Amino acid sequence: MSFDVRVERRLGDTTIATRFTSDGGLTALFGPSGAGKTSVLNMVAGLLRPDAGRIEVGGEVLFDAATDTDLPPQARHAGYVFQDGRLFPHMRVRENLGYGAPRAGGSGLMTLEDTSDFLGIAHLLDRWPRTLSGGEAQRVAIGRALLSGPRFLLMDEPLAALDRARREEVLLVIERLRDEVRLPILYVSHDRAEVERLAKLIVEL
Amino acid sequence: MALSPEQCAIVVLSLKVSGVAVAACLPLSFALAWVLARWRFPGKVVLDALVHLPLVLPPVVTGWLLLIAFGPQGTAGLWLERWLGLSLMFRWTGAALAAAVMALPLMVRAMRLSIEAVDPRLEQAATTLGASHWRTFRTITLPLALPGVVAGAVLGFARSLGEFGATITFVSNIPGETQTLPLAIYSALQVPGGEGAVVQLALVSVVLSLGALIVSEVLARRGGRGGHVL
Repeated sequence: MSFDVRVERRLGDTTIATRFTSDGGLTALFGPSGAGKTSVLNMVAGLLRPDAGRIEVGGEVLFDAATDTDLPPQARHAGYVFQDGRLFPHMRVRENLGYGAPRAGGSGLMTLEDTSDFLGIAHLLDRWPRTLSGGEAQRVAIGRALLSGPRFLLMDEPLAALDRARREEVLLVIERLRDEVRLPILYVSHDRAEVERLAKLIVEL
Repeated sequence: MALSPEQCAIVVLSLKVSGVAVAACLPLSFALAWVLARWRFPGKVVLDALVHLPLVLPPVVTGWLLLIAFGPQGTAGLWLERWLGLSLMFRWTGAALAAAVMALPLMVRAMRLSIEAVDPRLEQAATTLGASHWRTFRTITLPLALPGVVAGAVLGFARSLGEFGATITFVSNIPGETQTLPLAIYSALQVPGGEGAVVQLALVSVVLSLGALIVSEVLARRGGRGGHVL
């Protein structure tokens, strides 16, 4: 069982509540903007504390209100790909990719070289983030997450900022991640076609 | 216009006083800027006002308060004397303290702006990548805020060079010990026929201050985000 999530959190006037269990592959959180999809990802990542519930990923309990368990984000081993990339602007692509390497240790899934080849960003290693196109930046962000020794991936609308041609490029990468690297992925989107193409389980929010 | 040895000594003393003032003030200013930028607590308005006090208080009052605190009868003065064998009265170190107090608000302001301009979402990204709070601070927050921190220090240095009122009140105007550039200009103005010296020292002041301001603006701009310190 990879994701076993049951969370509740009040934000302003709305209450975000969801529960789902998936057994690997790509799980999509699907729903309109403002439904709280990103908040659910943040709760799984440890950036937002649920008011109640329990989060277990790959057999490890990350949060449990009943036992007051709440692992900090550093210890959750999540590979979080943010909607806006969030590359560090003062570091070149190579340093961005290597930022999570200390946590990965030697046990990383792939080397920096393998990952760059896999993502088609090997020619960008010496560039600054501000010089990258949207698709390039998003692939670097995926690479950075992969190289931090993640046990699962969280992806927040990774295609939202991209034009049509770039979307296909990143979609193919995500499909390869799902099928070849075989990491459990929790994927947020409001695009039904995208979700139906990628996901094994769709959770509506 | 070559400077006389005495005038050179005055410039060197001014640079020493300002340099020590900024170096001593830097850790405290950064800590205050951090607290004001990132923490929320009751009484924050009061702390903010206290930090800004030297900016709006008449400098002579600041100097007088320093005199009360660090003079021979002052608690802080007695403490320094007893534990560190340090006397600030009529010493250049006292001039440095006065300059540091007057520079503090400007330094805190510049640093606070640059800390506030750091996107906390980048820090969040670092923590999800496994970075500890300390590593996040060292590798993300500090480098991104650094241009503003340096700009604040340069601005504080320029302010220290110009310090007059608090200094003359606190440590008097002693040639070779506490007589910095502004105090030397003031003294020269009191002497008949001192205009030549005034012009020379004033020119040095203008060049130093202008240089510091330009460095500060360039650094703030390099930090991007239009982080002007003025």
